[in-house]
Amino acid sequence: MVRNPDSRGAISLQDIWRALDDVVDPEIPVVSLVEMGIIRDVMEVGGRIVVKMTPTFAGCPALEVMESDIRARLEKMGIDLVDVVRALDPPWTSDWISESARRKIKQIGLAPPQVHGGDFINVLDAPVTCPYCDSFNTTLKNSFGSTPCRMIYYCNNCSQPFEQFRPL
Amino acid sequence: METRLNAGLAEYLIALGDDELILSHRDSEWCGHAPILEEDIAFANLAVDELGHARLWYELAAELLDEDKERFPDHLAYFRDASEWRNVQLVSLPNGDWAFSVLRRYLFDVLEVERLRGLKQSSYKPLAEAAAKIYNEELYHVRHGRAWLPRLGLGTEESHRRMQTALNDLWPFTPQLFQALPGESELSGVVPTTPGLEAEWRTKVVADLASANLNPPEKSNPMNRPRTQQTEHMMDLLSESQMVARANVEARW
Ligand SMILES: [Zn+2]
Repeated sequence: MVRNPDSRGAISLQDIWRALDDVVDPEIPVVSLVEMGIIRDVMEVGGRIVVKMTPTFAGCPALEVMESDIRARLEKMGIDLVDVVRALDPPWTSDWISESARRKIKQIGLAPPQVHGGDFINVLDAPVTCPYCDSFNTTLKNSFGSTPCRMIYYCNNCSQPFEQFRPL
Repeated sequence: METRLNAGLAEYLIALGDDELILSHRDSEWCGHAPILEEDIAFANLAVDELGHARLWYELAAELLDEDKERFPDHLAYFRDASEWRNVQLVSLPNGDWAFSVLRRYLFDVLEVERLRGLKQSSYKPLAEAAAKIYNEELYHVRHGRAWLPRLGLGTEESHRRMQTALNDLWPFTPQLFQALPGESELSGVVPTTPGLEAEWRTKVVADLASANLNPPEKSNPMNRPRTQQTEHMMDLLSESQMVARANVEARW
């Protein structure tokens, strides 16, 4: 338990998780870092709150923004002794993206990644559903989209190009 | 690990990072110039990936050398002269045409995936973890490159001619890819031996090329220089990539 300076009493780790669920992914601001599986763990160590996060992609340019957003959110609840640590093991997988996040991603026209259960190579040739019309009749146009974590598809049914969040 | 091994592994990792960073810079030069918009975007993102990989390798080297994890990668990227870089010559060659850039990436990426497969088994855990992360991403790089081989190799007469010319020009620089890296001789069990990666690389590459009607030149003059020797293009490349950082050493970004 962490003492809150404005005396609202003790803050539990669960409260912190809930607060972190407000911190959005800078590249997909409709989903939170918790829903994306980027925040892996929250611990209290010697009076400090340690937030363990893992990058979706090693070169993700948004990592620093995420870190400072996490700090800012916790500061807002009076917690300023915060360490944000990055861990690579186990490597982030798109299977960690929650059901709620998949729905929200689809609503903004981004196809969610196929669930692969460990080996994403196996699903790379599986059909991707168009987020606009739900057709399976789609074609991969490029394995790199507007960010390193997206691919470009074209829907042959509704003639709409769209991006997919890559399975990883 | 002992200090001597640490220093050797750091040297090895810096060489890996140098390959990635220089290739990243070359890829980034296509931004705004690639033949189609999708590839303009793709190459920019490939460059971002490689930049991230270079930073990971440099950070691991910093840890081994007891250097600052924030500052050391910047030091390596911005404040070394050409003679201090350890990348292979292949990655610093100017971009040439689209065929040359796509093929260069492909030849390099196939090797990288083979090497990462070995590094994932490293007895040095931080290295194995970083390799596992990077490996997954590199699979997409190879996929991207492999998709272009038949498009260009079997496309038009012109695209085939350009691909075969690019292959003839790049091939002499491939033997250097399989030289042992700096520090490698003392790292048995920690890293895969680089010469040991050649057979697998050759099998894959020759098969992919053949399916795109491309053939490695029968006679070529290998440019198998040590990694301490850089092409004359490195000075130009660095003067551009380091200009801003060197113009104001104290600046914070
Ligand atoms: Zn559609």
